[in-house]
Amino acid sequence: MSRRVGVVRFPGTNCEFDTVDAINALGGHAEVLWHSASDLRNVDAIVLPGGFAHGDYLRCGAIARFSPIMETIAAFARNGGPVLGICNGFQVLTEAGMLPGALQKNVGLKFLCGMEQIEFVSTSNIIGVGASAGELLNIPINHFEGNYVCSDETLKELEEENRIVFRYIDNPNGSIGDIAGVSNEQGNVVGMMPHPERATSTILGSNDGSRLLESLLGAQQVTPT
Amino acid sequence: MAPEDADRVHRELGLSDEEYENIYALLGRHPNHLELAMYSVMWSEHCSYKSSKIHLKRLPTEAPWVLVGPGENAGVIDVGDGIAVAIRIESHNHPSAIEPYQGAATGVGGILRDIFTMGARPIAVMDPLRFGPLDDPRSRWIAEGVISGVSGYGNSVGVPTVGGEIVFDETYKGNPLVNVLAMGVLPVERLVLGRASGVGNLAVLLGASTGRDGIGGVSVLASAGFDDESANADKRPSVQVGDPFEEKRLLEACLELLDEGLVTGIQDLGGAGITCATSETASRGGAGMDVDISAIHSREEGMEPFELMTSESQERMLAIVQPRDLDRVLEISSRWEIAASVIGRVTGDGQLRILDGFDGEVLAELPASTLHDDAPEYDRPLAPPQDLNERRSLDASVGPVDCSADLLTLLRDPAWVYSQYDHQLFLNTVVGPGSDGTLLRLRDPRTGRETGRALGLSTDGNHRWCHVDPRQGTAMVVAEAAMNIACVGAEPMAVVNCLNFGNPEHPDVMWQLSEAVDGMSEACKAFNAPVVGGNVSLYNETNSIDIAPTPVVGIIGMHPRLVEQPPGITVGDGLSLVLLGQQPQGDVSMAGSRWAWEIGGCKGGTLPAFDLAQAVRTVAFVSEIVQKNRVEAVHDVGDGGIGVALAEMAINSRVGMDVSGLDDHRALFNESGGRVVVALSDSDLRSFLEESSNRGVPAQSIGRTGGLSLVLGSIIDLSVDDLTRASRDALPQALGQGTVSG
Repeated sequence: MSRRVGVVRFPGTNCEFDTVDAINALGGHAEVLWHSASDLRNVDAIVLPGGFAHGDYLRCGAIARFSPIMETIAAFARNGGPVLGICNGFQVLTEAGMLPGALQKNVGLKFLCGMEQIEFVSTSNIIGVGASAGELLNIPINHFEGNYVCSDETLKELEEENRIVFRYIDNPNGSIGDIAGVSNEQGNVVGMMPHPERATSTILGSNDGSRLLESLLGAQQVTPT
Repeated sequence: MAPEDADRVHRELGLSDEEYENIYALLGRHPNHLELAMYSVMWSEHCSYKSSKIHLKRLPTEAPWVLVGPGENAGVIDVGDGIAVAIRIESHNHPSAIEPYQGAATGVGGILRDIFTMGARPIAVMDPLRFGPLDDPRSRWIAEGVISGVSGYGNSVGVPTVGGEIVFDETYKGNPLVNVLAMGVLPVERLVLGRASGVGNLAVLLGASTGRDGIGGVSVLASAGFDDESANADKRPSVQVGDPFEEKRLLEACLELLDEGLVTGIQDLGGAGITCATSETASRGGAGMDVDISAIHSREEGMEPFELMTSESQERMLAIVQPRDLDRVLEISSRWEIAASVIGRVTGDGQLRILDGFDGEVLAELPASTLHDDAPEYDRPLAPPQDLNERRSLDASVGPVDCSADLLTLLRDPAWVYSQYDHQLFLNTVVGPGSDGTLLRLRDPRTGRETGRALGLSTDGNHRWCHVDPRQGTAMVVAEAAMNIACVGAEPMAVVNCLNFGNPEHPDVMWQLSEAVDGMSEACKAFNAPVVGGNVSLYNETNSIDIAPTPVVGIIGMHPRLVEQPPGITVGDGLSLVLLGQQPQGDVSMAGSRWAWEIGGCKGGTLPAFDLAQAVRTVAFVSEIVQKNRVEAVHDVGDGGIGVALAEMAINSRVGMDVSGLDDHRALFNESGGRVVVALSDSDLRSFLEESSNRGVPAQSIGRTGGLSLVLGSIIDLSVDDLTRASRDALPQALGQGTVSG
């Protein structure tokens, strides 16, 4: 596999190199894209990694959505390009309106870092290739604002359109419907709070994230609707 | 000698009359106000180590792998493959007592700058924390604030917090201890030192603007004790406010400057601010510096020169740059949205001149080295406490005994704390917080490639042992730290220390410090782990009552062949349990144990006998069996003795145990040093016992795993579920009772 993945770096991002390392270890070719660039350098997929883009000031992702690269990424996604937002990246995607809902503070009002068990709900998306619904994965979370909220209509829509990608088995943060990840209608834009790049080696406790990133590397551009 | 009007000023700044006269002699004239302010911060206890220096000289500091020892921003060791590790520990005790969140947050920020100042990317933080008792609402307020501060700043700045300690005790009620250790990796050849050299080179101030926060923090806060609480509130303006996003950008910008070889020296701005950074770089480089205070980017108008020179505003660095590289330095700073101002020029005359404009008025002029090399050094009177013999003759095992209830009381799962810290960033954390030691994969900082080796880290302190006997207690603390990293397979390489003590003007405190240094020195020599850096925090007192002596050590060691996760503390069913290490003989002493302090109520006695050579043998054996995965599980016996160690193993495994030979609370809860519990299959037992005996490590089979209850002789029979609940709920319940601020 030689798929090229652009990993976006905002000031304050901190998981960019972990994500690059994880992708490269799986045979991909990851490169870091600076937030103020507007050229995606012809990559085949985009990852918005975890961290604290622009310090998470104002609100997580609220400033990052205005970084020049986001406009290009939105166009890339409209053309069916695969975009994965992890943790802070998920928050950025909701702020940018590329995914529905929002992420508010965890119910316990504490930052939470640790392993969580999640269940694959929908696999019709860029990270579900080869997986089947109901599969359980161990992937760590690391967030203060991971409590997913959306309107009742949106929730219904997500369920009917099979766009809930993951649910937590033991909901750690109060997310509505135990939601840990969602996709857009076409399945080419996915946001998830757990960190797949942190689950890419058994010596670190889990390798369950590797298959998600492998799926991303194999994901085809979807046909724009 | 001192003129009438200056008389009051120098005392208000914390300088003694004698120190004033020294300044007069050095300058050959009376210092002006600005100069006095600069001496007062640089000669403060915090910056000058004037009370402790004379003792610290007795610590071992050298080994072939030590690249940089004490005295620089951080210690640096060579860990092979062209990789070096920078490590440092610091205290932020006083600021955290007054403003817990910001005190802890800026403690993290400060220590990280010490690491990237050396050219290293910080990859780990550890936080040994000590607070007043959990039943005190104000102590709970401080604890919650400090933990949130470490979490809020550390997570956001993007450095994982991979371990630490949390201790609650009456002795820290008015004066918590917030120590922070940071570690970073760098290619050996990139090592940079905080030196200004090359006449005509420029000093560029990078990062946050300079404001009125933290003026005189080192002298007002860190070098004086606390009185009552209202006075503490008055000191709040001396606490700095942290901005992790600024620090993150500063860190990345500085690492880029270093990558491109654009700086000849770099220094962080911490205690004593610009005064410290300019004078330290100049005097270390044997140079002088002209500093233009009008060039300092400041947060507000009308700041006085002494405010600009002593402000402890956070997130600032001073880089020494050749003029031809300035444009590129400014370009990188601008890319990271970091302010940069040329505030100084390196000169050849050794003078530190503070100017209003490079060609403007001279506001202060003094030999740069006098701020450091001529700082006072005191051999303060020391004496053991008068009641020492009386105290040592006490029997610490008396008190109401209910072994089951006592065991449940002593259990406290720290997960509530460390789950608030990102402890996984950088994908190195093989064994994280909540275990004996932390184990981080060692990767090459140039390529990210794994080396197949790993670094073991642990921080340890024990005020109870050190109160009973500061010398033996400190030696036991070092041995405990070494054992903790042995439990994850690492062999000790170096130590950093944070010496938290009371008021050095009290002779018994100086005696404690001196004894602790000797105990540390003996143990570090025995483990061949030199002290490569440290920090001394004195004046930890409230209303003239000193804290119990609390030397904290951070230890780093190497796991030479990491192929799989180390055994850890989790056991399966049907295994044999073996206790390794020195076994207490006869009626063992309970002195210094958590049981004696928290349940029995006796803080005296004589520590159990401790054989340092035996501990060294045990540590070596344990690290070897862990490296070879010879055992199924391993757990250090520490706080709460073997009773707590076995309960923790049972809780983590959800498996019961049946152990014999523990007949009373002494056997259960004594804290004799240098012991570990291991679990292994029955078929391996005989050969294992033989091997340990050949290696000179006492070992005895004590019981088996299995069932759903922890059964210890005839005195404990508790279900694992009950143990789990007690342990898991202890902290959230205690901290959920509400708090009272300031």
